[in-house]
Amino acid sequence: MDGTQQVEDTWSVAGRTFRSRLIVGTGKYKDYAQNAAAAEAAGAEIVTVALRRVNLSDPNQPMLVDHVKPDRFTFLPNTAGCFTGEEAVRTLRLAREAGGWDLVKLEVLSNTAHLLPDMEETLRALKLLVADGFSVMVYCSDDPVYAKKLEDAGAAAIMPAAAPIGSGRGIQNFLNLGLIVEQSSVPVLVDAGVGTASDAVLAMEMGCDAVLMNTAIAEARDPIRMARAMKHAVIAGREAWLAGRMARRAYADPSSPMAGLI
Amino acid sequence: MNLTVNGELRAFPPLADLTALIAELGLDRRKVAIERNLEIVPRSAYGRTKLLDGDRIEIVHFIGGG
Repeated sequence: MDGTQQVEDTWSVAGRTFRSRLIVGTGKYKDYAQNAAAAEAAGAEIVTVALRRVNLSDPNQPMLVDHVKPDRFTFLPNTAGCFTGEEAVRTLRLAREAGGWDLVKLEVLSNTAHLLPDMEETLRALKLLVADGFSVMVYCSDDPVYAKKLEDAGAAAIMPAAAPIGSGRGIQNFLNLGLIVEQSSVPVLVDAGVGTASDAVLAMEMGCDAVLMNTAIAEARDPIRMARAMKHAVIAGREAWLAGRMARRAYADPSSPMAGLI
Repeated sequence: MNLTVNGELRAFPPLADLTALIAELGLDRRKVAIERNLEIVPRSAYGRTKLLDGDRIEIVHFIGGG
C-alpha cells in the first residue's frame, strides 16, 4: 500500500452510474445462452437490444429477456434499422413501453452498404426524443462538428463509430475522435468498428468513457474468451489513461544508470 | 373479426379487448409492447382497450441487437 486513495472509478450517463465501461450488444450470437454468458464474461452492466415484431406463428420461440435478464443488465434499446427520425421515435416509444425506461440508443442509418449514420436525420430525431423525455445516447459519425451539435441538442452521450458497424477495422480517425473527446462534457463512447482487444484499449487510452461493441465478441472463434479479453482491454486502457503515459522521445533513454559501471 | 396483426390480416373469433387478443395469441403480456392503430397502448390499459373490426395491431418485443 502506497497510501494512495483508491477512489472507485465510475462513469455516469443520464443520472445513472456504472462501474463497467464495456457495453455489449446482443446480436449475432449462436443463441441467447451464449449471449448471456458473453455479457457476463465481459462484466457488462449495460446491453443493447433491438425491438422487433413478435413472431406470432411460434410464440414459444426463445426470448431474449429469459436469458439476458433485465434485472441483471440495464437494457439500452436501439433504433437499428431505422432510416428516418419518425421510425426511430416510434421504435423507442414502443421500447419505453416494453421496458419502462427512457435511456435509449439512437441510430438513424443512411444506407445499408456502410450503415454510417445519417447525421442530419439523427440530429432531427434527437430533438424529437429529447422533447419526449428520453435520455438519448447517440450513435454518430466521428465528426466533431456534428458531435457538438448533438451535445447542444441534449444528447446524454456521444457515440462515434470507430469504423462501420460490424467491420472490425478499429479506429479510423484518431484525430477526430480525440477532438470529440476533448470538446465533450457528456460521456463519449466508441460505438461500432472495434475488431479486437487492442482497438478497445486505444479507445480508452484516448480518454473515451466507455466502449460499445457487438460483432467483435459475437464473431470471435471463442466469444466468451473474447468477452473476457475485451473486459481486460477496457480496464487496461482506462487505467493507462488515468495513469498518464510517459512522454515520447526521439532517442533511447537507459533504464539502468550509466554511473558505476565496472 | 378481422385484425391486421404485425402486418398480417387474420380472422379471429370475436375478441373484446387487447387482453383477450394476447391470450388468443398465447403471449406473455409482461414481455411485449403493443400499438393499436399507431397509438401505443400502456400495459395497464389492455383490459379497457376495445378491439374493432379492421384494427391494425403491432406487437413487439426485445430481441438481440447491437
